[in-house]
Amino acid sequence: MSAPSIPSIEQFAGRGAARAAARRQNHRGSGAERRPRWLTYTILTIVLLIAIYPLYYAFLIASSTKEDVARHPIPSLVPGSHLFENMLSVINSDIGFWSALVNSIIVSTVTAVSVVLFSTLAGYSFAKLRFRGRGPLLVFVIATTAIPTQLGVVPLFLVMKQLHLIGKLPAVILPALVTAFGVFWMTQYLEGALPYELIEAARVDGASMFRTFWSIALPAARPAATMLGLFAFVANWTNYFWPLVVLGAVPGRTTLPVALKMLQAHYYADYSQVMAGVFVSVLPLLVMFILAGRQLVSGIMQGAVKG
Amino acid sequence: MVTITELPTRPRDVRPRRRIGMRQRLGRWDVKVSPYLYISPFFVLFAITGLFPLLYTAVVSLHKWNLLTGEGPFVGLKNYVDVLHQPFFWKALRNTFSIFALSTIPQIIIALVIAAVLNANLRARTFWRMGVLVPYVVAPVAVAMIFGQIFSDQSGMMNAILSKVGISPVGWHSNVLASHLAIANMVNYRWTGYNTLVILAAMQAIPNLIFVIITSTIGGLQIFDEPTMFDQQNSATTAGGADGQFVTVTMYLYQLGWGSQNNLGRSAAVAWLLFLVILAISLVNYWFTNRIASDSGAVRRARKVRS
Repeated sequence: MSAPSIPSIEQFAGRGAARAAARRQNHRGSGAERRPRWLTYTILTIVLLIAIYPLYYAFLIASSTKEDVARHPIPSLVPGSHLFENMLSVINSDIGFWSALVNSIIVSTVTAVSVVLFSTLAGYSFAKLRFRGRGPLLVFVIATTAIPTQLGVVPLFLVMKQLHLIGKLPAVILPALVTAFGVFWMTQYLEGALPYELIEAARVDGASMFRTFWSIALPAARPAATMLGLFAFVANWTNYFWPLVVLGAVPGRTTLPVALKMLQAHYYADYSQVMAGVFVSVLPLLVMFILAGRQLVSGIMQGAVKG
Repeated sequence: MVTITELPTRPRDVRPRRRIGMRQRLGRWDVKVSPYLYISPFFVLFAITGLFPLLYTAVVSLHKWNLLTGEGPFVGLKNYVDVLHQPFFWKALRNTFSIFALSTIPQIIIALVIAAVLNANLRARTFWRMGVLVPYVVAPVAVAMIFGQIFSDQSGMMNAILSKVGISPVGWHSNVLASHLAIANMVNYRWTGYNTLVILAAMQAIPNLIFVIITSTIGGLQIFDEPTMFDQQNSATTAGGADGQFVTVTMYLYQLGWGSQNNLGRSAAVAWLLFLVILAISLVNYWFTNRIASDSGAVRRARKVRS
């Protein structure tokens, strides 16, 4: 909404009105007019409990036994003592836990690094370089986010077969190397965060285009790039459909989500074991989230404010 | 930039001058080509792993095509006729739309409410925002395993709570609508917090982000992970409930191609049909948001004229 500017208010309605308007505007910048009351915090606490409880539930079931689960459908809030026992039996089961974990780490790390690098390159180009076709090409990138590429699964599978990649990790990594969302995101961020003067200074000093990108644009992009990297990591860590199609439900060569489905199908009668598997698979991302979540959240907001 | 490179002139020496000329030409080439080079990874990758597979799906769908024996003869629209004559396909389509409606509508309403609450001038703002985002780091597969247990027909927590307040147990897995509700719950659990933060960001700055949220929501029609995992007893190639009460279109697509039939031709036909559905909805959505955008633009223009 376009509100009238403060000077114009002063001109038409007097100084007092202008001061009041300025006060109102300052408050709007930081959120609401005043500090919210307990009702707001009650709502947020309920939201938070709903967000946390299912994870705690998994932990409770994972630390009890099959018999406990059958006897008490509503678990007591105090965890049992069988967590490590259940975790060990998941690790030693025939789903190939360690290789699934290693595969997930490889896939998520490689794709996160590559998404950040390629998206920042493209975002820098779209935001700060002038070239013919820039506008339409950027619109094209944004439009591709609407295309359900998952539905191209049959030919993509055939492409991977041609490349002899079925059952191999590159088949999972290749389609995820750069995303339209990443390009869009970095373009938005760099538009506001990187002053032209810095680029020009580097160019005048004789830096090549790539050198300019590497030592000026990449460091400036760091906050948004960190967030994008985390999102890419999570997206690939949690991906199930494509790894299932191209790697198959074969112990030893899959990623964690596919292994979890195998665990569930083999042990569906023993929920505490299944939940132990869930707990083990969620734990790495949860730890990462606690360490880097602040950045993740402020990244979303920062990208928004700068854009 | 150009004037700087012309400065160092050494009249008597010829060779260095030629080298400067070379470098200048290289530099100009660098400036011209680099922008395209930087955006090329996205376009090349999208062409190979996104656009080509999607378009080639139409070709595969017109052939007899087996997962193991490969391409067969051209059969015209036979795969489509076959698929459209399967009651199972219509069941999958119904389930997909039902789960989509049950997850999208409440999710966006709740996300808008939480976003409004979070937009207030809160104490410990980052803490609340992080809390809202916790479910996002849990894989859909893991979410579905946790909720599959909570909504278990026999020993589940939900039925235990219901019986405590005097409601007879619900067949969360066997009943059509109940299973859709349970699955929609999983989707809402994982995505509401994420969409809350994105809406918050969009409220504060990026209008294009609205487009991205809506398209990613429409992408929810490709739902696969949650219903596949909700079937605790079957592997992915047969999951969907004893009577297909919660099989979705993408699950059907996968089961046709990689299940016992190995029928990639029919699988591609299903993919193409779902693609057309999603495309139609996206176009309607595009037209709709465009109208809203131009309407509010007109309002803004009118206001400007008045002030």
